Amino acid sequence: MVEDNDVVDALRRGDEAAFRQVVMQYHSALVRTARSFVRSQAVAEEVAQDTWLAVIRGLSAFEGRSSFKTWLFRILVNQARSRGQRESRTAASGSFLEEDEASVSASRFNDMDHRWPRHWRAFPTDWGLLPEDTISSAETRSVIEGAIESLPTNQRQVITLRDMDGFDSREVSAALELSEGNQRVLLHRARSRVRAALELHLQGVATA
Amino acid sequence: MIPPMDCQDLVEIVTAYFDDAMTPAEREIFEHHLEECDGCVNYVAQMRMTVELTGTLTPDDIAPDTMETLLAAFRSATTDPS
Repeated sequence: MVEDNDVVDALRRGDEAAFRQVVMQYHSALVRTARSFVRSQAVAEEVAQDTWLAVIRGLSAFEGRSSFKTWLFRILVNQARSRGQRESRTAASGSFLEEDEASVSASRFNDMDHRWPRHWRAFPTDWGLLPEDTISSAETRSVIEGAIESLPTNQRQVITLRDMDGFDSREVSAALELSEGNQRVLLHRARSRVRAALELHLQGVATA
Repeated sequence: MIPPMDCQDLVEIVTAYFDDAMTPAEREIFEHHLEECDGCVNYVAQMRMTVELTGTLTPDDIAPDTMETLLAAFRSATTDPS
């Protein structure tokens, strides 16, 4: 990976190899992230391409106060959000915290009249004991992808930016105009749902 | 004396624990529970592995014609003095 300042300098000089390299490095991740804001893969691809055009136009104005990667994804998120909002003017947002969503089904815990209330009925298993092949299989990966695709939009946006793109809590809450606390609630719900999908899958594999 | 925490409470704050978005007192209660509960140790490890696996998912490669389109845009923007 090229150092940030070097990338911007090279791009400003018109260094085509440097441009090719950053596009190779980030384009598919931009499309994937855009996909969490818009309805189709084709629109996500368009948003990613528009982002590069905005990068090209904005190079001279880039002040280097954030990293190149942060700047790039901020442009993407802004474009994808306005595109997504145009797609669904009626989409409800901001009401997500009113719904209470348990991270783990209440049925997994003992009732209040048990000697150990609210403790596990049966312990979650140790995934460290599973064969490495099972954990890293293509099937396991597609279970995660499927779980992420079926998340509510705002959860999918946060888990994509945090866990796939690798941005931190502060960066993601700023990009999505959420408080860090709300951002964390969404991330936690998203991760909890993905974990539950993985658990279901891995149990099936283990008992097959 | 550390106040007790139930498993059903712990599963709600694992992301706060990973993000270090807890007070030292909350952290102590959380970790004290882990010392005594193998079920929650496994649960936290499952959540950690979920995060790691999500991070290893690789997106599809860029289509060659998309790359050519973008390179052409870059070329014309950087060679055209306007």
